[in-house]
Amino acid sequence: MSSGEKPAYTGTMKLHYDVNASDFSKAGVVSGEVKKLLKVKRGVPAEVVRNVAIAMYEAEINMVIHANGGHIDIEITEKEITIIFADKGPGIPDIAKAQQAGFSTACENIRSLGFGAGMGIPNMKKYADFLDIKSEVGVGTTVTMKIFL
Amino acid sequence: MTVSDIKDLLEAEVLCGEEFLSNHVHTACGSDMMSDVLAYVKDQSVLLTGLCNPQAIRTAEMMDIVCVVFVRGKQPDEAIVELARERHITLLSTELRMFAACGILYEAGLRGGAKS
Repeated sequence: MSSGEKPAYTGTMKLHYDVNASDFSKAGVVSGEVKKLLKVKRGVPAEVVRNVAIAMYEAEINMVIHANGGHIDIEITEKEITIIFADKGPGIPDIAKAQQAGFSTACENIRSLGFGAGMGIPNMKKYADFLDIKSEVGVGTTVTMKIFL
Repeated sequence: MTVSDIKDLLEAEVLCGEEFLSNHVHTACGSDMMSDVLAYVKDQSVLLTGLCNPQAIRTAEMMDIVCVVFVRGKQPDEAIVELARERHITLLSTELRMFAACGILYEAGLRGGAKS
C-alpha cells in the first residue's frame, strides 16, 4: 500500500529508544513506531517494512521477557536499516542452541503470554538480511540486524 | 472472502473495526503462539487465536493482518480493543473453539497459504 507520491526524505536518520520491561503490554511499541516511520515517512515497500517489523518485534519481545529491557539504536540510510539491541540481561550461554527452531528457555508464564515457542531467533534470521548475536553470561547480549531497503 | 463473511460464518460479534468489514481476506492462521504466527508471512490474512492480550494485536500489526478473531468466547479488555481500533484492525469474538472455527473457514474455501 504505497501512496502515490514518493517521500522526499531519504537522508540518514539515527534513533534511540529505551525499552522498559515492566509493562509487557508495551512490548512491541518501538517496532510499531519504526514500522510506521519506514512506511509513512520513508516510503519503503510494504513487504520490506514488514520484514523489519517482524525481526525487530521478536528482538524487542526477547529483550522484555529475558533481559529486563535495554536499549535500541537504529540507523536508517537510503540503502539499509541497522538495528542494535543491547541489554544487560543474563546472557545466552549457548548461542548455537538458542538459534535452533523450537529451543526455548521461556517459562510457562511467558508461554501463556503467547511467546516462548523457540522461534524468536529463527524468525529474526529469516526476516533480517544480516544477524549477529554477541552474548556474555552475566553481562548481557547485543543483537545487531540489518535489512536492505 | 471478506471480513464480513468470516463474521457470519463464525457467528461472531464485532468488537471494533465495523467499517472495515468489506476488507478482503485471502489467507488465515490459527495459533496461540505468536512466534509461530510471525514465522509465515501471508497477505491480507485473518488470525484466529485464543491469546487475549495486547501482543495478539501487536503481532497482527507487524504482519499487516486485517482481522483478529478471538475464539472460545474470549473477550479482550478495552485497552486491547483500542489498540486494534488505532491500527484499523477488525476484532471479532466467536464462541466456537479453535478447531471448529478453523474448520468452518477452511470448508468455506479459506486456506493457510503460508509462504516460507
